[in-house]
Amino acid sequence: MHLALFIIFAGLCVAGALNLLLQRHPINSALSLIVVMSSLAVLYLLLGAEFLAAAQVIVYSGAIMVLFTFVIMLLNAGKEERTHGSKLAYIAGFPGAAALLGLLAFIFISRRSSFGQARLGEYLATTSDLSRVLFKDLLLPFEVTSVLILIAILGAVALARKEH
Amino acid sequence: MVPIAYYLVLSAILFSIGVAAFLIKRNIITVFMSIELMLNAVNLAFIAFSRQWSQVTGHLQVNGQIFVFFVMVVAAAEAAVGLAIIIAVFRARNTLNVDSIDLMKL
Repeated sequence: MHLALFIIFAGLCVAGALNLLLQRHPINSALSLIVVMSSLAVLYLLLGAEFLAAAQVIVYSGAIMVLFTFVIMLLNAGKEERTHGSKLAYIAGFPGAAALLGLLAFIFISRRSSFGQARLGEYLATTSDLSRVLFKDLLLPFEVTSVLILIAILGAVALARKEH
Repeated sequence: MVPIAYYLVLSAILFSIGVAAFLIKRNIITVFMSIELMLNAVNLAFIAFSRQWSQVTGHLQVNGQIFVFFVMVVAAAEAAVGLAIIIAVFRARNTLNVDSIDLMKL
């Protein structure tokens, strides 16, 4: 059951990410990124992180990706054109990313026994478990992030405003 | 039962696809989206490691999940500011191609 769910949603993740890479129109890339983020939420749930699964859907595939699609539509972004720089990037990009993947996958697979197995329903981190740490031990960083978000909102308004 | 190594390998796959998209894509919005993909891959690795740490110590550990929470907050702030910068760049130069936005190149 757990393995089947993992394979289905991991496959969706990888397919969405590859679609992001291969599509030439940014709106198609944005929609496939929403698929990746929503299936990642299911994987978080399988690992027992229920609050983060909800936050992933609300913050990432909700707020952030809506902002992306808004900006793509606002700027009326068309298909990206091929330039000289993209040829260079093809030569350097694919082998570099493949080498990174090979290295990481080799390390994780060769040490797989030391990572253990994840069983469904074990070590479920409820919202109250998370908030107990967040509001007791990490209260100051939590409050500082609210200042960060306020500054980000002001910065976004100031940057995107039309100059007169 | 799924080995936690599988989750880590999935995270590595997503991160590598994000790196490849970051290098290959020429549209500045798509480049920005591949950064978000890399952030998501790292979040998955954090949650998988948090789960492994719970199993090692024998009781629930949420520190890795707290990390993911803060990454999400910073990513939201970063997306708002980054997209505002993209809008400002588009107003000034009327293009989204990263090859033609090279004023800071030596």
